[in-house]
Amino acid sequence: MIYFDKVSKRYTDGRPAVEDVTLSISPKEFVSIVGHSGAGKTTLLKLLLAEERPTEGSVFYESIPVHDIPLNALHHFRRKIGTVFQDFRLIPNKTAYENIAFAMEAAGRSDAEIASDVPHILELVDLGDKAHHFPRQLSGGEQQRVAIGRAIINQPDIIVADEPTGNLDPVNTYEVVEILKKINELGTTVIITTHNKGVVDAIGKRVITMDRGRLVRDDAQGHYVL
Amino acid sequence: MPTWMSIRRVLAAGAKNFARGGVVSFATVLIMTVTLGIIGLLLFLSAILDHTLGVIRDKVDVNVYFVTSAQEPAINELADRIRTLPEVAEVTYTSRDEALAEFRLRHAGDQLTLQALEELGGNPLGASLAIKAKDPSQYETVAKFLDSGSALSSGTASIIDRVNYYQNKTVIDRLTGVIRISERAGTAFVLLFSLASIIIALATIRLAIYSARDEIGVMRLVGATNSYIRAPFIVAGMIAGGIAAIIVLFVLYPTSWYVSAKFSSWLGGFNVFTYYLAHFPSIFFTLFGAGVLLGGVASYVAVRRYLRV
Repeated sequence: MIYFDKVSKRYTDGRPAVEDVTLSISPKEFVSIVGHSGAGKTTLLKLLLAEERPTEGSVFYESIPVHDIPLNALHHFRRKIGTVFQDFRLIPNKTAYENIAFAMEAAGRSDAEIASDVPHILELVDLGDKAHHFPRQLSGGEQQRVAIGRAIINQPDIIVADEPTGNLDPVNTYEVVEILKKINELGTTVIITTHNKGVVDAIGKRVITMDRGRLVRDDAQGHYVL
Repeated sequence: MPTWMSIRRVLAAGAKNFARGGVVSFATVLIMTVTLGIIGLLLFLSAILDHTLGVIRDKVDVNVYFVTSAQEPAINELADRIRTLPEVAEVTYTSRDEALAEFRLRHAGDQLTLQALEELGGNPLGASLAIKAKDPSQYETVAKFLDSGSALSSGTASIIDRVNYYQNKTVIDRLTGVIRISERAGTAFVLLFSLASIIIALATIRLAIYSARDEIGVMRLVGATNSYIRAPFIVAGMIAGGIAAIIVLFVLYPTSWYVSAKFSSWLGGFNVFTYYLAHFPSIFFTLFGAGVLLGGVASYVAVRRYLRV
């Protein structure tokens, strides 16, 4: 489904962020990418989302090289991927409901679909009573749940979550991990990056370990080893 | 996606963006108001300049004085031929009797002059033509026409006593120069200030959208098309421009009233308030159109920068 072929990424200052990474991810997998800060985890995700171009190598999504997709067609590809970030990245002047609805509007879904799906998703992430709150009126955990709601509303093939629990307390971390596990059980591929040992151990699925841009371990039933 | 659905969503999102923009929307409207205020002021200034120059232009004419023996049909024939000149705007005929009546009226309190007139017996004054050119610079052509024999039917003796162009030439030339320079300076002034205020408005909108650049990046990542991201910003910009235009139109009403009440005599009798009311439709469309266009175009340009994620 996803294939990184000898991918390297060097920034303009010459520092390698990702070095010669080859890996493949199958449908319905739950993959945790772990490593210290600066190990290249986020860059790996940005390469997958076509936010960054590789210096060498190619990234394939269902045998399509994602960096060959023209800028004006990129949105079709990105609708297949739901993204969740450490800093939530909600649209500040839209309510929780509107943030989630925006992803559906962007995908051209009808008003009737939006009116039926959004409340359902808000219930799923346990925010039914906060639909009309703006992001600034929500706690970090609540904002992250809105972001997850937005990521899954269009039933994407993949959820990509970059340090989704990085800004959360243990209780919210646990809730977010439970939601991601549930999404994965329903058949969506989930890729997360984290440096939280507890998160990795709680998931108990495939673990890819990065160190200084290189892929150093790939364990099918992994634990956090660094 | 059905077009009407996206149009409706874009309009709603734009209006919400604007309404929820808080300080940013407020600042945008404020700067746009100042910009459009300056444009409005320039409209009035150029109208005042036009009026003043018109008044000055109107005071300039060339008079042809005829000998007392000139016959009215001959004068009329000449007047008709002058009227056919492309440079001539208006020709006014004053007969000998009218000239005498005017003279008496002007010297009504001056017994000595009137007495002298009585003693002369008959009417010593000749008829005259007052000629107004379309543009002050064209008086020379008219004077040359009168000077050349072509003004008179060939063979007859000249019925023209004198033409006062040459006495007034210096003044006419100087006025022509002043009017031309004033018009050019006025145009340059209007263009310069419009340009400066437009640049300030563009910079403000760019700053407003700069604060939303992360948001634009997120919208891209969520899979929105560029046009779907951009359109609400354009709508919000147009709303800001439209509101600013309406504020300016409202403020201009009492301002023009006050200015015409206090300074009308300063402005050579130009009534700013009457001008505002008489030209309201064109002022409305100029300011409203400029506001909406400026807001829309500035937003379009500003969002473009952040769409390359």
